[in-house]
Amino acid sequence: MLTNERRQVGRAVPRIEGPLKATGRAAYAAEHSEPGLLHGAAVPATIARGRILEIDSRAAKVAFPGIVAIYTHENRPDAAWLDRSWQDDTAPPGHTYRPLQNDRVLFDGQPVAFVVADSFENARDAAALIKVIYERDVPETDLSAKLAERYEPPKKRNGISPPPEPRGKPEQAFDEAHVTISADYFIENEHHNPMELFATTVLYGEDGSLTVYDKTQGSQNAQKFVCNVFSLKQDKVTVINAYVGGAFGSGLRPRHQLFLAVMASLDLKRSVRFEMSRRDMFYLSYRPAMHQTVSLAADAEGRLTAVMHDTVQATSRYEDYQEVVVNWSGLAYRCDNVKLTYGLAKLDAATPGDMRAPGAASGLFALESAMDELSYAAGLDPLELRRRNFVHFDQNENKQLTSKALRACYREGAARFGWERRKPAPRAMREGHELIGWGMATGIWEAQLQSAKARVRLSANGQVIVQAAASDIGTGTYTILAQIAAEALDVLVEEVSVQIGQSDLPETSVEGGSWTAASSGSAVDAACLAIRQRLLDLAQKDKASPLKEATVEEVVIRGGHLRLDVDPKASVAISELMARAGETAIEEEGEVGPDAKQMKKFASYTHSACFVEVRVDEELGLVRVTRVVSAVAAGRILNPKTARSQILGGVVMGLGMSLHEESMIDHRSGRIMNHNLAEYHVPAHADIHDIDVHFVQEFDNKASPIGVKGLGEIGICGVAAAVANAIFHATGIRIRHLPITIDKILAGDKTPTDRAA
Amino acid sequence: MKRFDYLKAGSVAEAVSALAAHPKARLIAGGTNLVDLMKYDVEAPGLLVDINGLDLKRIEESENGTRIGALVTNSDLAYHPGINRRFPLLASALLAGASPQLRNAATAGGNLNQRTRCYYFYDTATRCNKRQPGSGCDAIGGVTRIHAILGASDSCIATHPSDMCVALAALDAVVEVEGPNGRRDIPILDYHRLPGETPERDNTLSPGEMVLGIRLEGEASPRHHTYLKLRDRLSYAFALVSAAVDLKIEDGVVRRARVALGGVAHKPWRDLEAESLLVGRVPSADATDAFIARLLSGAKGQGGNDFKITLAERVIRRALRQAAAGTPQLQHEKAIA
Repeated sequence: MLTNERRQVGRAVPRIEGPLKATGRAAYAAEHSEPGLLHGAAVPATIARGRILEIDSRAAKVAFPGIVAIYTHENRPDAAWLDRSWQDDTAPPGHTYRPLQNDRVLFDGQPVAFVVADSFENARDAAALIKVIYERDVPETDLSAKLAERYEPPKKRNGISPPPEPRGKPEQAFDEAHVTISADYFIENEHHNPMELFATTVLYGEDGSLTVYDKTQGSQNAQKFVCNVFSLKQDKVTVINAYVGGAFGSGLRPRHQLFLAVMASLDLKRSVRFEMSRRDMFYLSYRPAMHQTVSLAADAEGRLTAVMHDTVQATSRYEDYQEVVVNWSGLAYRCDNVKLTYGLAKLDAATPGDMRAPGAASGLFALESAMDELSYAAGLDPLELRRRNFVHFDQNENKQLTSKALRACYREGAARFGWERRKPAPRAMREGHELIGWGMATGIWEAQLQSAKARVRLSANGQVIVQAAASDIGTGTYTILAQIAAEALDVLVEEVSVQIGQSDLPETSVEGGSWTAASSGSAVDAACLAIRQRLLDLAQKDKASPLKEATVEEVVIRGGHLRLDVDPKASVAISELMARAGETAIEEEGEVGPDAKQMKKFASYTHSACFVEVRVDEELGLVRVTRVVSAVAAGRILNPKTARSQILGGVVMGLGMSLHEESMIDHRSGRIMNHNLAEYHVPAHADIHDIDVHFVQEFDNKASPIGVKGLGEIGICGVAAAVANAIFHATGIRIRHLPITIDKILAGDKTPTDRAA
Repeated sequence: MKRFDYLKAGSVAEAVSALAAHPKARLIAGGTNLVDLMKYDVEAPGLLVDINGLDLKRIEESENGTRIGALVTNSDLAYHPGINRRFPLLASALLAGASPQLRNAATAGGNLNQRTRCYYFYDTATRCNKRQPGSGCDAIGGVTRIHAILGASDSCIATHPSDMCVALAALDAVVEVEGPNGRRDIPILDYHRLPGETPERDNTLSPGEMVLGIRLEGEASPRHHTYLKLRDRLSYAFALVSAAVDLKIEDGVVRRARVALGGVAHKPWRDLEAESLLVGRVPSADATDAFIARLLSGAKGQGGNDFKITLAERVIRRALRQAAAGTPQLQHEKAIA
């Protein structure tokens, strides 16, 4: 554990790389260059299913003499053959999509040709002149038309738990219950749209080695992919992702810009950059559409007697992409009769991908909407219903919890929101033209620890260097790692230099699942502990040392000295220890990983309670979210400032999910029609009002060695349900189909207007 | 983007003759719409005539009215004291559009001539009669959330996206144009057109003609006006339905009613006959019902936009109430009065 009265951890330290970013000195993947750099551009398929009959690039070649190469499936250089070689650490089971592999078109926007030219403009404009002739097949992109073809994924995705076996007698309990509800919930595809476009710059070395600047959430995952696919030795490829302008899960898997840029660089023996267009981004990855059914039953006291949750989720034809969607319904509340089922349906679309709280954001929309519906059916306050069904145990896995301060989230969140002033009946609160509604929901996300290593170097002059292959995707990883090292070695944060985002640094998992702070943070802490041990060893070489009898647990580093925690006088200067050993610095590695023994007994989750106020102009169908309180229990908060930013971002993304975001697909062609940020709506500033982020105290010494649980996803969990629930409270209209747009409010509780053909 | 030639026009005459001489020439001012369209290969002008150097940036006020130069930016227009005094409806509509950054660059003339936001018009892999005459319309039967409910044809169901033009329509603005055959005035209601069989033509400009400015006569109602815009988020989104209302009320009786709708048709929609049903009466639900029944009598949904008929009714109802009560919609407050 971290122990130091001069706290660096827990302080609201501003991002240490902030000045670099604010002044444009932090170079992102597409901002690295060298003389003679070539530029790539992709030609996106304009059908969703079929075959390429002909690619005519004559006009492009005539118009643009600066073209260096045009790659298609007909001339693509060889790459690995086995699926295994294409599957990165996060790939779902199936046949990974291989760019320019053959004449088949599997999804709208699939790159069918790749142009490399001497300038970005020439590449882009030449790509626009390439004519592709297709043989079209009828695409199937509408999930609602494919529900009957659902199937259980034959192979589980690594790291994704399938639903647990049913427990008790859920159907019977449902039939016999005092009060029941059962309803269907829908969400449409949503796109990540991080600010930074996907890009790769490959610098081709004289010896054939590659320095690859890639937008990715894992430099080592990308490096392994490149080595496997192109049969390259690891020491020939360095992947760097020092700065990442948001990703939200879209950068977990290597994206086709990486493959195409490396392919061209190897083939041409030149340096190549490929930066996607905003439109290209819509074809990469998305939170998949889902059709969910939730049935809940309760006794006269509002205690759950049955929970059934079924989901059919979209995937591609070529991969069984899986998320944990329904499992949350078996562990959020106490219930002995539970049935959770989850199936996939194949569509002619790109494989969906993890998007902030994958599975939970969608699954909790259904569960927490259903809980709200049950509260009205049972005549209970929605918060009270949840309190009555509180459980401090994971019934899915039959495990204890490392901690669960959700009651504090309920209590403190409700107090900050003023929940006790809520009038229970819908349509009871009004101001002017607006009906006012208050809704809430519970959020859950898994707190995970992944394998991670870190290296820490302490110099005699007190300078500290922290190194790991960890990524900072805008979350604050640089800063919290500096804080952890600064606290353990008792230096200032400014004296710590953090070097992350490079594949040749100590091994770290991809940045995802909210596990980076817990994992890499613990690895840094472990490395600092190893430094203390080394210093103690050095001290104890001196027979007269005042630390002669001390163990590492008994000594601390304070002000450049190693000393007994309980006796400041029993102290040795670190510079002296190093000088005596003839060293100018001490360097150690720390390593952490999941504790298999503990995981047998304990499960670990972050929790939140989200309270939302909406104002609905019912006549016009207009919804405004005027207040949000997000009370979060996530173990130790390393940095309240970056932590708050994570939750703010999660809530805003949740509001986008609630009110704005969806792919508009023309199901006749299978094509996404709103493939730009003017027509794919995320919230604008005018849509965002007060968001109050509150962290409750939660002590947890099992979730991770430093007591951290992670914050990347929990902010979005439950938001969409809380909004839908608030809209019901305001209007009496229950909307079960996201996003909740004007037309759906106008249609009341009737079937919403069909948004596409 | 296709390669193009560039000419910096030194005079209106030079710009007009360049336009007349090159059939594929386009004027560029703020570029907030044209540059996007060029990047998407929707527009591929052979010659860009840059008119930013021309003396068309003034707002001139006289006893008879106000003249707005074609190159006045949306921001300068929206915050101009005279405009706010005489035509607050216009200022309100401008501030409901786009974003501050876009309004700083976009011009009055460019706003008049901006093109539809139809998804299919923007996507060159689809058939679009407006983009490529005679190719067909893939929007019909497709994703039609933002499409027309009035005045559409079998060739085109696109809408005009402007907010400013809706206010101009309600204010009976006059567009001053100059072309190879000299100057002429086009009343705003005749400036934009319905798609019919020739949706490639957004307006009634003749080849070689350019907009010099916009004239507004007299003054509009200082009190009984509103611009009410409903959209899918509260800023930086085009109208699903908007309404510009300007009422002249004397002794509690409506003496003049001008109501234009945005987001519903290929042009800002006004129906003078329907407006006459409001005149000579006290503002009332009955009068409004009669007006709406007449105004929307030809409304027809395309599937995905059927809700816009109901929404249009409600927007008109609210907008007329706001205007009659003298509580114009404030664009900086996203709550609707």
